[in-house]
Amino acid sequence: MNEILETKGATIRFGGLTAVDGVDLVQKKGEILSLIGPNGAGKTTLFNLLTGVYKCTSGNIFFDHKNITEMKAHERTKLGIARTFQNIRLIRSMTVLENVIIAHPDCNEEKFMDALFRPKKTKEIRRKVVEECEALLEIVGLCDMEDEMATSLPYGKQRLLEIARGLATKPMLLLLDEPGAGMNNFEKEELTTVIRHITDVMKITVLIIEHDMKFVMGISDRIIVLDHGQKIAEGLPEEIQKNSRVIEAYLGSGEFKDEEE
Amino acid sequence: MSKIKELINKIKKIRLSKMQKLVALIALIALIVAFPYMVNDKYTIHVFILCAMYACLTLSLNLIIGWSGQFSLGHVCFYGMGAYVTTLLMMNFGMNFFLATLISIVFTSTFAMLLCLPTLKLRGDYLAVITLGFGEVFRLFLTNEVDLTKGPAGIPSIPDPVIFGYAIKGKQAYFYFIMILLVAFIAFMKKFNNSGFGMAMMTVNEDDIAATAIGLNTKKYKLLGFGIGGGMAALMGSFYAVYMGMISPTSFAYAESIKMVSMVVLGGMGSIPGSILGAFLLTALPELLRAFSEYRMVLYGALMVVMMIFRPEGMWSRASRLKNEYKIKAEK
Repeated sequence: MNEILETKGATIRFGGLTAVDGVDLVQKKGEILSLIGPNGAGKTTLFNLLTGVYKCTSGNIFFDHKNITEMKAHERTKLGIARTFQNIRLIRSMTVLENVIIAHPDCNEEKFMDALFRPKKTKEIRRKVVEECEALLEIVGLCDMEDEMATSLPYGKQRLLEIARGLATKPMLLLLDEPGAGMNNFEKEELTTVIRHITDVMKITVLIIEHDMKFVMGISDRIIVLDHGQKIAEGLPEEIQKNSRVIEAYLGSGEFKDEEE
Repeated sequence: MSKIKELINKIKKIRLSKMQKLVALIALIALIVAFPYMVNDKYTIHVFILCAMYACLTLSLNLIIGWSGQFSLGHVCFYGMGAYVTTLLMMNFGMNFFLATLISIVFTSTFAMLLCLPTLKLRGDYLAVITLGFGEVFRLFLTNEVDLTKGPAGIPSIPDPVIFGYAIKGKQAYFYFIMILLVAFIAFMKKFNNSGFGMAMMTVNEDDIAATAIGLNTKKYKLLGFGIGGGMAALMGSFYAVYMGMISPTSFAYAESIKMVSMVVLGGMGSIPGSILGAFLLTALPELLRAFSEYRMVLYGALMVVMMIFRPEGMWSRASRLKNEYKIKAEK
């Protein structure tokens, strides 16, 4: 009864290419699960299936024991699935704070009629929204930059801002697509702290795609390996490190290196 | 350069106190009230009425193009529909102007959303061509449906609007009327721009995948963009009908749409001051250049080219808007 996310034979075909091929996946509440695999293995496509950017050709997806296979992307977000993007998608013409505010349900569900005719009530809601969003920026360590334009931030900070934006939607499950890409070691340590805070303090379950093995092995409770759209291995980080199929998928054959860059 | 930027930022951060705002407001009202007496020239007042009318129209089109991100070349369709629906209701049923306008706003904005439905998946050039089609189809409808619209001859002698037994008549009264409308439009747009709703629409405009990922229904915002913009244009169409006292299909040709789009683009997409600036400039400039009417269009075109090269974001771009307005408004 503890599962938050479950896929049963999730499959998507683009013409002749089967990008994700019958993947079964179970994630428990509070567990940090990582998806790894070589380039083109179908990790991001699987994310897109989970968030509703693509629809499954066959198979089912369950979130919190509800079948969400046919649900639209924005409805899934309202249900409690948030995500970040591999290629950063922040709103350029907005400031750091505004980028978080727009994701807050109380902001984007604000009734326009209320804004026009009930200024007092609106103001109270907005004050609460700003407070909560500033608290989120504090968590990712961006609160002193809230007035900057989002695109003027360095790359690593933009990724953190995406995480803050994801959190603002008040999710139960947060999907992070290569959160550490383009970060240096120091920033990655910061990122680890942020993710730990999200799972331990905020009680949000996290699913990660990541290429940096050191980072993945350090943070994950469990790892799932994809190759050519299929799940080839699943287990604890130590088991995955020793798994011969995984080594073969990454290197063809030969020795497994601790860190893959 | 950086010093200039600093200075601009400082100016932007100036916050007027309530008292100062009140004084400024009174001064502005006094100026508007005194203006027709100061000028006392019917032609100048007429030009100003047109400027203000186009400013409102540009705001309404900017909501569609600049905020909801749908490049519409058929704005004249909503503008004309507003004018015709109001006129027909007034002439055929003897309805009061304000009631007729309300009905025509609701009608037009519903119609605008219906038109938007099949175009939801189109972007950029494709949407522009389709909306250009709307405008032309509407004009042809007006020209050929002689029984309803009196065809190319148009509808003459539209009565003046009556409010509390007082008829709005003459240039001066219309000047006040349009100024009230302009102020209302600006206030509306400002509220809209800083509201969660307006920010959500801007998000959908910039990146619809990111927008769905934070739980926004992109279709809803695109439809409402057309609906609200169309309704605002209908209000201006109604004003135009009673101000001119006659309407005909030639007033709603596609050149009119192009003119409004130029005002939006020159002024600045998604910018309130930009819309007003663009509208005033492109309405007043041709009037000032009447003496060189042969070269007017050349100048007009040259201005466009120069702007596109040196300032493609428009005279007053969205980027120069006040930052974090949502927060400032919430804390005040």
